Amino acid sequence: MRPIIEVRDLSKTYASGTHALSGVTLDIAGGEILALLGPNGAGKTTFISITCGLVTPTGGSVSVDGHDIVRDYRAARSLIGLVPQEITLEFFETVMNTVRFSRGLFGKAPDDAYLETVLRALALWDKRDAKLRELSGGMKRRVLIAKALAHGPRILFLDEPTAGVDVNLRREMWEVVRGLKKQGVTIILTTHYLEEAEEMADRVGIIDKGRLLLVRDKTELMHEFGQKILTVELTDPVAALPAPLAGLGLDLGADGRTVRFRYDTHADRSGIARLLAEFSGHGLAVRDLSTEQTSLEEVFLRLVRDMA
Amino acid sequence: MNARSILTIFNFEMARFWRTPWESLAAPVVSTVLYFVVFGAAIGSRIQSVEEISYGAFIVPGLIILTVLQQSLSNAANAIFMRKFVGTIYEILCAPVSFLEVVAGFVGAAALKSVIIAIVIYLTALFFVDLPLAHPVLALLLLVLTSFGFALWGFLIGIWAKDWQQLQFIPMMVITPLVFLGGAFYSTSMLPPFWAAVAKLNPVLYLVSGFRWTFFGLADVPLAASVLALAIFLALGFLAVWAIFRTGWRLRA
Repeated sequence: MRPIIEVRDLSKTYASGTHALSGVTLDIAGGEILALLGPNGAGKTTFISITCGLVTPTGGSVSVDGHDIVRDYRAARSLIGLVPQEITLEFFETVMNTVRFSRGLFGKAPDDAYLETVLRALALWDKRDAKLRELSGGMKRRVLIAKALAHGPRILFLDEPTAGVDVNLRREMWEVVRGLKKQGVTIILTTHYLEEAEEMADRVGIIDKGRLLLVRDKTELMHEFGQKILTVELTDPVAALPAPLAGLGLDLGADGRTVRFRYDTHADRSGIARLLAEFSGHGLAVRDLSTEQTSLEEVFLRLVRDMA
Repeated sequence: MNARSILTIFNFEMARFWRTPWESLAAPVVSTVLYFVVFGAAIGSRIQSVEEISYGAFIVPGLIILTVLQQSLSNAANAIFMRKFVGTIYEILCAPVSFLEVVAGFVGAAALKSVIIAIVIYLTALFFVDLPLAHPVLALLLLVLTSFGFALWGFLIGIWAKDWQQLQFIPMMVITPLVFLGGAFYSTSMLPPFWAAVAKLNPVLYLVSGFRWTFFGLADVPLAASVLALAIFLALGFLAVWAIFRTGWRLRA
């Protein structure tokens, strides 16, 4: 199946000389959620802005469902909805009027029944006659999503949808995104929060300094780059680990009972068997074992560090 | 051509006009009536009639043009500048509309607002003076074209301006002086020959003169010159809009 978005060698150098993007090539499949991760100024917003028509690329191309975003901008843009990073609204308008405007702007016939389903899904229907300035920050953000969905796009760009948003609202936003995915909408979101990418995305792309370092299936990425931590709980506390064990890179907790061992899931030998053998050899009785996966955050920091 | 998008922008802007009638309609009418009372009634009674037209009636076309120029410029400039300033312009830039369609929506609405204000001023003036209107169709045509032309330039100012000061600069420092010196309150026949010649370098004089001709059948410059001036003015505006359309200047990075 043809990707819904094809990005080829995309570059952007701003008039100031800043290289915001360099040679980004990427395919995005219809119906997936792709999370773009990267520090501030990595080029995430520039990528979105080019695809949506806010910024003109200096090199390369983007096509949306086969339509070039520059030559065939009408067809390309009509498939896309954009939720910008900043809350920018006409504060004296009502919710209903502003979504009607968004729909009309995209050349779609008025359809209040459709807009009602959008507003209901975003829990905004009761507020349809409220002025935008009267709404809470979370509601304003949902209004931006409603505006982006007003013309029934097949692709939704969410530029840092949960930046500066409290935990409850963030969960709420995730629910909204999951609901859209169920309807077959392709979603590209940028985020600082690795937790968010981990929670939401099918694939994760990592951008730094204008370059797309990698795009990988999320579970694959975590597996590939992931380390695991084995925590061993001892039956009896010890003051220090026996000398031969010190070379294995173990951390003894302050309580003298918990020992943490970091290992690579991809090494031929994880070292666990040897560790446990050494433990029993030195008369250390093990009460319990547990392992945990490293988070995407650690994966990300390692990757950016390694590629720098 | 995407008529629905144009109409959406147009209706949205017009809705703003009707929602704030005191600001958009009453304010320009009140200020015109004040000009009228001061220049027409208070001072005008001491001024002899101009070419057999009472001074009060003589200044009406000039007052209308003065208001139309200011309103067209500021309405169109503010509409697009506010969107740039607040950030809501993103929505227009990522919509499947061409720049020319965006211009049509904004400029069309700003021009219609001016035409409505002009008609209200005209009707108000009828309460004060005896006002003939010799060529009503031509008057309306010139009014519409002038409104549209200045709304176009206002839109360009709104795109060009990076801050509030720049937004105010051209309407305040260029257009208002040109209008006051453009024969809104006097005929060049009242000036010494040298200053009459200087006044004819002012493009606004041609607009005022042509519009006044449609009322009284008399003008400072030939009607053809007025029409030509208006045509040049419109053509330059379209050219500038086309250039921005091609380059995305100050809109797309």
